[in-house]
Parts: sequence; structure tokens; C-alpha cells
Amino acid sequence: MLSFRLSFLTTVILFVAGVPLAYWLAYARFRAKPIIESLVSLPLVLPPSVLGFYLLLAFSPSNAFGAFLDTYLNLRLIFSFEGLVVASVIYSLPFMVHPIQAGFRNLPASLKEASYTLGISPFRTLMKVLLPNIKPALLSGIVLTFAHTVGEFGVVLMIGGNIPGVTRVASIAIYDEVESMQYAMANSYALLLVGISFLILLLLYWINRRLLRNMSYV
Amino acid sequence: MFEVEVKKKLHAAQGEMLLDIKLSIRKGSFVSIYGKSGAGKTTLLKMLAGLVAPDEGIIRALGTTWFDQAQRINVAPQQRQIGFVFQDYALFPNMTIQENLEFVSPEKNSRNRIKEILDVISLTELASRYPATLSGGQQQRVALARALVRQPGLLLLDEPLSALDHEMRLRLQEEIVKIHRLFDLTTVLISHDPSEIYRLSDYVVEIEEGHIAKQGIPDEIFHQNEITGKIQIIGEVLQMEQSDMVFVARVIAGNKIYKVALTRQQASEIAVGDKILLASKAFNPVVVKLT
Repeated sequence: MLSFRLSFLTTVILFVAGVPLAYWLAYARFRAKPIIESLVSLPLVLPPSVLGFYLLLAFSPSNAFGAFLDTYLNLRLIFSFEGLVVASVIYSLPFMVHPIQAGFRNLPASLKEASYTLGISPFRTLMKVLLPNIKPALLSGIVLTFAHTVGEFGVVLMIGGNIPGVTRVASIAIYDEVESMQYAMANSYALLLVGISFLILLLLYWINRRLLRNMSYV
Repeated sequence: MFEVEVKKKLHAAQGEMLLDIKLSIRKGSFVSIYGKSGAGKTTLLKMLAGLVAPDEGIIRALGTTWFDQAQRINVAPQQRQIGFVFQDYALFPNMTIQENLEFVSPEKNSRNRIKEILDVISLTELASRYPATLSGGQQQRVALARALVRQPGLLLLDEPLSALDHEMRLRLQEEIVKIHRLFDLTTVLISHDPSEIYRLSDYVVEIEEGHIAKQGIPDEIFHQNEITGKIQIIGEVLQMEQSDMVFVARVIAGNKIYKVALTRQQASEIAVGDKILLASKAFNPVVVKLT
């Protein structure tokens, strides 16, 4: 169940951070934008082990950044659950940001402009006009992030290791059981993971279809 | 008085273009902006609304400054007291008609004003419906109503009727004139349709590639005013054909198509798609009284 706690936390954090980031990327115009967009997408193409390796180095107390966290925030991010959350947030970032950014882009620009000329502040426009009209995109972002975090392996292994109850998520546990020839255990973990992931995706497409039916204007 | 003196570099399809406009709009007037697409009409309107910032220049409205590059003033669209109606209506799809109007209302207790506006534009029966369930004409009427909730001093209309059929256009044109008078507005309309401009506006500004090509009352702009005492129709040539010795052009004006005989000389100067003025001496016309 550690997998799901991790995924839930990651999804919540990414939703809160991803909406403003996606909004900014969808509407702001500045020269360095391709750089930011590349950074957001980087976890998509990098092998998880590469990302995990660098995060491990960065968070290690023997390096400057890790030492800073350790000394001033009393936060050790390697081989700890907090570290897993931070790593997952970075690793799943594109899965939250991309659908929401696309959602914003697909809205007609006149919706936002109309709201502004009608005296509605940018924040209220975002909350009451833009977000309610990209619900399917928000839902995709949430579910993809959740599912992707449940399924991650490389980053988690690099950063968290394999500590029962702290960092041993389902994917690691499966690997562990296979390593020690416990195929039956591995199989039950794996089946559970397949089943739950399938259910989540099924739920997504089902809700999405209902949303789309109610919002014939999209 | 609204005074606009702005410059902005635009990246149009044909390359860079300098939008350079100097224009005064009298309070209470109905001004139409006419010109080809890509001439900079919408950009000008968005500058008035504060949605697009000019590169340099000033915009003053009724004594207050909305934009002044030299003094770094750029009043946000929210503070300009304007109504903007878009070609695609831009109604908030997640709200009913009533909610669309309430959402943008500045005061909490605005039911009376909203009710009055819905009455004037005869939308009361649709108030609880969602925008997606309305026809194009109804949606545009809602957009007009919504733009009026905040009691704007300036109403900006960006080709509001171009997506509607002819009959609906005529009805909404009347609606717009009524609103313009009733709510004491200054209105700026972008339109491609000379007959619409004729019917609605008291001043026309023609923009060509970012510059004002002509401005004046509609008669001066669309008619060479030496022609008088004639019946005049402005239309667009749909088709040209030659039958025996004469050339026949089919010309559409409003929702009517006219067949017109042309001489060889005339036919060589006119092509399909041209806007032309048909004038006939009102010397011996058939006149039938309709009751």
C-alpha cells in the first residue's frame, strides 16, 4: 500500500504545482520558454536510472545541496519516504503538466479575453472560467500522474532503496521477490498492480466519457 | 471623446506590417471599422480593450489615460469599463445564461439590472439554459447582454454578426442600434458588410495594411458622392458569363442576386469577387405601393 500512499501524495503535490506551471507555459510568452518546456519534458525521455542517479547525488548529505537540506531543514531525502515523494514529483511532472497545458491551449483565447474585459481578475478567471472548462484535461493529468507513479521503478530504487515499510513500493517488492525466487509472492504483487492500474485507467475513460457527454460544448 | 494614437509592429502572414493609427471617436457615436482581413482591425480593437499593448502611443478615454507608453501607463482591461463582443461569442460554457450575467456583475444586488437587460434583448425565457443549447443568434444576443451588465462607456464589437444567417443579422442589427441608443453607448464595430455599416453607423474608418485609408460618414466612403438621384446597390460579383453580344454578371447584395448586363468594356474591368456599385437612374422606375 506504500505505492498508493506515495502516488496519492505525488499527485496532490503535482496538481497544486502543475496547474500554475501549465497555465504559465500555456499563456506566457518569453524567450526562454523552450528551455523550461524541455526541462519539464526531460523525465519523459531520460532513463529513470539517470534521473535517480543525479537525484541521489544531489540529495546525498555529502554534497552541498543535500548537506544544506540536512542541516537547515533536517530533511534527508535519500533512502527515505520524503525523498521518494520528491523524486516522484520530478519524475511524473510531464504527466501532469502536459495534459493541462494542452487543455488550456485548446480553449478559445476569447474566453479569457472576454472574462478580462468583463472586469474579472486573472485569478478568478482561472478558477471560475478556465479550470471548469478543462475538466477532462485535469482528470487525465491526475490519473496519468497517479498511474505513472504507481508504476515507477528505477528512480525509486536509486533514491529509496528497498526498506520495508519506508521505501519498498510494490514495483520494488516484486523485483525483490523475483530475486529471491519467491515467484508466487511476486505474482500476487504483480497481479494486484495490474488489476488496480487497469481499474484506475478504466475509471478515467469512463468518467471522461461522461464529462464529455455533459459538456457538449467542448 | 476617445483619442487613439498608436503604433505597433504586427507579424502578419505577408510579413511584417506597421499598424499606425490616429483616430478620434466622439462620445455617443457609432463608428464602423472596415477593411480587408489582416489589415489590423481586430488588433486596433484589442488595443482599445487593453488586451494588446501598442509598441508606442497614447490612448485616452473621456478624460482618463488608458495607455501612454512615455509615462508607462497601461490600464488593465478590467479597469476600462468596456464591453467587448467577440465573433465566437465567448460565453462561459460552464454557466447558464443567468449565471453568465451574474458572474460579471460588479454589485451583489444586480438582479434588477440583469432582468432589465434580459428583457430588452428578450432573453428572459432562456435565462436558465446553458450556452451550448442555444442557436448562434441567441448566443450572440447573450454575449451582447453580458457586455452590458457592467454599464460600459465603450462597446467594442468584433464582427459580431459574421457567423449568422442573413435574417438573424438583420434582427441583431436592429438590436444593436436599440442598445446603442438606450444605454447611451459609444460603439465601435468591425464589419466586412457595407450594408450593415450603412444601417448601423454614423462614421466609417477604412483601414488598409495598418493605415487609415479613408474616414468619413458612410455615404462618403461607399459612394462616389457625385452620383445622386439614382437607385444604388452595393454588391459583390458572383459570376460573369457571355451570352451572344452581352456580358451578364450575377451580383449579390444583401440576400438578393441581381442579373446585370454589362458592355464588353465594363466586363473587362470587373472580375468575380469584386465589390461594385450598381446605379440606375431613378427616372422611370416601376413604383408599387405596398401596404
